[in-house]
Amino acid sequence: MKKMHIELTINGKQVETLAEPRELLIHVLRERLGLTGPHIGCETSHCGACTVDLNGKSVKSCTIFAAQANGATITTIEGIAGPDGMHVLQNSFREHHGLQCGFCTPGMITRAWRLLQENPTPTEEDVRFGMAGNLCRCTGYQNIVKAILAAASELNSAKEAAQ
Amino acid sequence: MITNAFEYYRPKSVAEALKILGEHEGEARVVAGGHSLIPMMKLRMAQISHLVDLQDVSGLKGITVSDRIVIGAMTTQAELLASRELAAAAPLMLEAALQIADPQVRNMGTIGGNVANGDPGNDMPGLMQCLDASFTLVGPDGSRDVKARDFYQAAYFTSRTDDEILVAISFEHPKGGYAYEKQKRKIGDYATAAAAVQITAAGGMVSAASVAMTNLSDVPVWSAASGAALVGTTCGPDAVKAAVEAMLKDINPGEDNRGPVAFKRQVAAVVLGRAIARAWSRV
Repeated sequence: MKKMHIELTINGKQVETLAEPRELLIHVLRERLGLTGPHIGCETSHCGACTVDLNGKSVKSCTIFAAQANGATITTIEGIAGPDGMHVLQNSFREHHGLQCGFCTPGMITRAWRLLQENPTPTEEDVRFGMAGNLCRCTGYQNIVKAILAAASELNSAKEAAQ
Repeated sequence: MITNAFEYYRPKSVAEALKILGEHEGEARVVAGGHSLIPMMKLRMAQISHLVDLQDVSGLKGITVSDRIVIGAMTTQAELLASRELAAAAPLMLEAALQIADPQVRNMGTIGGNVANGDPGNDMPGLMQCLDASFTLVGPDGSRDVKARDFYQAAYFTSRTDDEILVAISFEHPKGGYAYEKQKRKIGDYATAAAAVQITAAGGMVSAASVAMTNLSDVPVWSAASGAALVGTTCGPDAVKAAVEAMLKDINPGEDNRGPVAFKRQVAAVVLGRAIARAWSRV
């Protein structure tokens, strides 16, 4: 099948590539663009390890053809840290033991990053509901929830201090 | 998991999309959010040669609440949840949408795809039958409306023809009490059994009741007899028992990894009992 020309803005950079229409976004990100942060876990839209941010929304990149994302703005885990180092969420996951094996972590943090923009002051229940599309087989979730809540309050304190 | 190869199209209008469907009769399919279709394509249970992506087609998104409630087919589940107007006019929709899939899937999955795909596991078809919704289909010969209660023929088979596109769903403002009760194994799972109930009352008695069940047959089941069993009663234990028994005659669940038939019938009875009680408490 003839390849398509696909243009994306990923982590602030314009990129282009050729891909067959049937290639999934996760495959194009990992294999054609070298962004191996988003992981392939279940590849059946259950586990959320492949979560990326597509035009301001969290999506599972294993259930989207790259062709559907043509023209989109994407953020992956590679684009979350700033020039000054790791994002508050990344530090918070480390601080609160929000990971063990780390396989789900890129998806967890990419989803949590969007969740805290959608709702900067979530309750524990909001976090659990908002993170329901990401599975972790190690932590039992408790420390992930703790890390996200701690990151939310740190981000809010920083915002207040800046005002 | 790699799907079979296909040509990809992204038309800008319904007319353009219909033209592509017409040129590749029987080999083309439209894709909305893709969260039912793409998994089927990955399993190669769906083999599509021409995939027509509706994301750029204008006029297919949005919720209008006026005389009727009209929802564009490309409206996502997340957009349904975010609409305060819809939550106020049809709280049953909000209660159900909260129980569908997970945040990432709700960002992609659309109401049009959910109802048009004909997957017995999807929640919206039963809900649409409960609300007596109509689906607007546009094809080469123009537009027609089909009642949700007449739309489903068998698993993945509906009265939509291959050259038609479902563009909108619409229903009257629901009245009275409502409930969507869903039993599932985990977040994101299809229902083991789910019940949609809408009840109106007059003079302390049920004046009308609509009952629809999800994933308990190869199509959604609107049980007219179950609703009728509640009319003229005060929704006491005997009436609920009669409604549940009537519903059990209308469903035909199969055994799968959600359990054997007897278990599903038991769960169906429990969820319907709970849904009726909650709907009645909200009348």
